[in-house]
Amino acid sequence: MATGIRDKVAILGMGCSKFGERWESNAEDLMVEAYTEALSDAGIETKQIEAAWLSTAFEDIHVGKSGVPLAMALRLPYIPVTRVENFCASGSEALRGATYAVASGACDIALALGVEKLKDTGYGGLPQRSRGALNSMYWANVSAPGNFAQIASAYRAKHGVGKEDLKRAMAHISVKSHDNASLNPKAHLRNKVTEDQVLNAPMVSEPLGLFDCCGVSDGAACAIVTTPEIARSLGKKDLVSIKAMQLSVSNGTEAQHNSWDGSYFMTARIAAGRAYAEAGVKRPRDEISLVEAHDCFSITELVTMEDLQLSPEGGAVRDIMDGFYDRDGKLPCQIDGGLKCFGHPIGASGLRMTYELYLQLLGRAGARQRAKNPVRGLVHNLGGFPNQNVCSITILGQHGA
Amino acid sequence: MAGISAIGAYIPRLRLSRKLMTEANAWFNPGLKPYGKGERAVANWDEDVVTMAVEVARGVLGKTAGTGPGAIYLASTTAPFAVRQNAGIVAEALGAAGALRTMDVGASQRAGTTALLAAFDTALARKQRVLVLAGEKRHSPAGSVQEMTSGDAAVAVLVEEGDGIARLVAQRSTSVDFVDHYRAQGREFDYGWEERWIREEGYLKLVPPVIAGVLVDAGVSADAIHHFCMPCTLSRVPQAVAKKAGIADDRVRGNLDGVCGDTGAAHALLMLAQVLETAKPGERILVIGFGQGVDALLFEVTAGIDKARPDTVASSLAARKELASYSRFLAFNDLVKLERGLRAEADKQTPLTTLYRNRDMILGLVGGRCERCGTIQFPKAAICVNPACGASGSQVDQPFADFHGRIQTWSADQLTYCPDPPAHYGMVQFDEGGRMTVDFTDVDVGAVDVGMPMRMVFRIKEVDSQRGFVRYFWKAAPVSAAIAA
Repeated sequence: MATGIRDKVAILGMGCSKFGERWESNAEDLMVEAYTEALSDAGIETKQIEAAWLSTAFEDIHVGKSGVPLAMALRLPYIPVTRVENFCASGSEALRGATYAVASGACDIALALGVEKLKDTGYGGLPQRSRGALNSMYWANVSAPGNFAQIASAYRAKHGVGKEDLKRAMAHISVKSHDNASLNPKAHLRNKVTEDQVLNAPMVSEPLGLFDCCGVSDGAACAIVTTPEIARSLGKKDLVSIKAMQLSVSNGTEAQHNSWDGSYFMTARIAAGRAYAEAGVKRPRDEISLVEAHDCFSITELVTMEDLQLSPEGGAVRDIMDGFYDRDGKLPCQIDGGLKCFGHPIGASGLRMTYELYLQLLGRAGARQRAKNPVRGLVHNLGGFPNQNVCSITILGQHGA
Repeated sequence: MAGISAIGAYIPRLRLSRKLMTEANAWFNPGLKPYGKGERAVANWDEDVVTMAVEVARGVLGKTAGTGPGAIYLASTTAPFAVRQNAGIVAEALGAAGALRTMDVGASQRAGTTALLAAFDTALARKQRVLVLAGEKRHSPAGSVQEMTSGDAAVAVLVEEGDGIARLVAQRSTSVDFVDHYRAQGREFDYGWEERWIREEGYLKLVPPVIAGVLVDAGVSADAIHHFCMPCTLSRVPQAVAKKAGIADDRVRGNLDGVCGDTGAAHALLMLAQVLETAKPGERILVIGFGQGVDALLFEVTAGIDKARPDTVASSLAARKELASYSRFLAFNDLVKLERGLRAEADKQTPLTTLYRNRDMILGLVGGRCERCGTIQFPKAAICVNPACGASGSQVDQPFADFHGRIQTWSADQLTYCPDPPAHYGMVQFDEGGRMTVDFTDVDVGAVDVGMPMRMVFRIKEVDSQRGFVRYFWKAAPVSAAIAA
C-alpha cells in the first residue's frame, strides 16, 4: 500500500526570476536567473545535481523542445533532463518529477525548473497555438478567458448569484491581488487598483473584464529538492518538506457526460481530496495557513476556494467579501499577488507559487511576510479548460508538521 | 409524370437597408439613389452557398416521409469550391452521402432552372427522388448596382414521380450566347453590359418565343397562366415580357426585390417557392430562367398543395434581423481590407487525411450511442464516457444534427479572433442526451443566457485564407431564429 510523499522530500533551495515583460532577456537568461538564486540558497554546486526536469508550455516560441535547453543553459553535467508539459500545471509537474525521483531513492538531489518567455508574440494574451488536428475542426473558437468565463455563467445559475454580486466578489479578488503584489519586488503588476477601476474595465470575455484576467509574463522559477536527511547534513535547520502532490486529469466526463453542471472544477475536488488525505489534513479551512490558487481569472479563484474545501459550496462570495482571503485575513490567498499580478509564465507558475510558500514558511517573505509563520501551504494549478483540464495540488509545510 | 413534392427556401436572417448602402456610396455615385429602397438579405459571415443549401435541404427533407433522395443537384454561380464538389459537401452534411448521384450546376444565372429540368428527367428516368438545391451568396464590388439589387438565399426543391404539389406540364429551353454579364475564371466579380440592351435584345426578344412554345406544348393559351415568375432586376421588364407573351399584368409575380434582393441562380426557384405558398389547386405557374438562353417551366398546382403547403419564404422573411452597418456587410463579404489583428494570422491548414477519416463526425455531426448503457456522447469514442459504464467498442453512430439543446455555460469572447466579435460559444446540453462545447451563431449580444433553447446548424468554422480552404462544422443557433421546423 502506497504511503504517499509526505515528509519524504525537502526543499533544499529555491529561486525565482523577476516576472514581467522581460524584453531584454531570453528564456535562457531567465532560467539562469532563477537557478543562480536557487543554487546559492541550496548551498551546493551544479555537479551535485543528479537529475533535472524542465517545464515549458509554449516552448515553440522560445526554447524549443526537449530537455536540452535546460542542460545547455545551466551547463548541467550530462545528467538526465526531461521536459514536461501539462498545460498550466507544467511547473508543478517538473517539481513532481524531481520530488518523485528523490523519494524513490533514484537520486539524492534533483532540480525542477520552469520557464516561459511569452512576450515575443507581438500581441497581448496567450499565444495562439494549434489544439491538435482533429480538435481544431470541432472545438469552439475558444480563448483562455472565454473558457473560464463559462464557469461564471453556470455558477450564477446554480447558486442564484446576481450578476452584480458575482462581479463585485471577482473585483475584490483582483483588488486584493494588486494590493498584495505592490509589496512584492519580483511581481509583474505592482500597481494598486480600485474596485471601480476593475468594474469599469473593458470586457474581455463576458463577464470577465481586463482586471479579471491574469498577467501574461516572462519568468522562471526553480526548486532543488533532496531528502530531509541530506538537507540536514548540508546544514539546513528549518526544513520545508512536501506533504502531498496530487494530479487529477479529466477523462471526458465534464465535456461529454451530462453529469457535470459546469459550475466547478471536478479535477480540483478530486485532487484536493487526495492531497488532504496524503498530507493528513482533516479540516482544510483550519489547517491550511496559506493558499496559492491558480487565479488565471478571478472567477477561477472564487470557485476554487470551494473546490479546495476552504469555503463551503456556494459560500465563496461571502468569504471573499468578508476578507477571509485577504493578506490580513484568516487564510490569505495569493499573498504574493498570484498569477494575476506576480504574473503567469506558464511553465514557471507552479514553481513560483511553491517559491512563495517556501519563503513564507521560512519567514523570508519580506514586507509581505505573515506575522505568524505559516505551518502549511497549498499550491493549486489548473491547466486547460473548465470542461477538460489538469489540476495539480501540492501541499508543503514545516517538516514534521 | 413527375412533380414537385416539396419546396422550401432559406433566406438568411440578416437584412441590410439599401438606404444605408446608397448613403454610404452617394459621395461617389449619387446615381445609386433610385436603388435605395427596401432591404436585401445578407448571409452571415459563416454562411455560404453550401451551408445555406444544407439548411434549406434539412427543412425540406425533414418534412418529407419516405426514402431519401437518389440524387442531389446544387445550382450556383458562387459556390465556395471551384474544384471539390459542393453538392458532395452538402450530401455529407445531410448524412446522405454514399449511393447517391451528385452534381454541381453553374456558370449561368439559369443554373437553377436548368438543374430543376435535369431533376425532372432524372426522377422519371431513374424513378428516384431528386433534391435540387440552388443558392447564391452574391459577391459584388462595393458601391455597385449589383450590390444594391442582389440578395443571398437558397432554395430546395424535391422532385419525384407523381403529381406532388405541382406537376410539370411542359418545358422548353433555348441556348443563346447572349452575354449580359460574365465572370472569367479566376476573376472576383461579374462584368456587365448596358441595361437597355439587355432589356431590348435580351429579355424582350429571347423570352417570348420560348413562352409561346411552352404554351403550345401544354395546349393552353397565355391567359391560362395564373402566375408568371421571371427573375429580373430591371424595372418593369417582367411586365413588358408578359405583355409581349400575352400574359396579363396582374399575373406577373413580384421578385422579392424590396425584401430580399435578386438571388441569382436561385431566384426563379425562390419566386416559385413563394407563389406555391398561396397558389390554389389547378393554377398554372410559368417559371423563367434567363442566362445565355432561356428555360421555361410550366407547372400546374395540384390538390396535394393543401396537404403540404410550403411556408418558408414567409417565415424566413419574417425572421429578419437588421444589419445596421454597411461596413460590417463589407467585412463579412471580404470587400474591405480590415485590420484583423495578429491573432487572425494563425495557420488554419486542414489536414485532408484527418478530415476524410472523421467526415461523419465533422461534416455530419455524428457522435456515438453506447449500446450497453445508452449514453449518447460526442465524439464517438472507443470507450464509453459514462463513468458507470466504461464499455469498450460498444458505440453505434448517433447523429446529433437534429437534436435540440439548452445552453449550460457560455461567454461572449472579445479576445479570440472572430470575423464578427464577440465570439459566442458555450456548452450545449441536448434534450436527447449528450453535450458539446460549441460555437454559437445568429445570436444577439446581450440576449444569450443559460437555459436558452438551441438547435444545430451547419456553418463555416474557419476559412484558411492562405490556401482558400473552407472548414465547416456545426454551431448552435437559437431555436427562435431558425426557420419553422
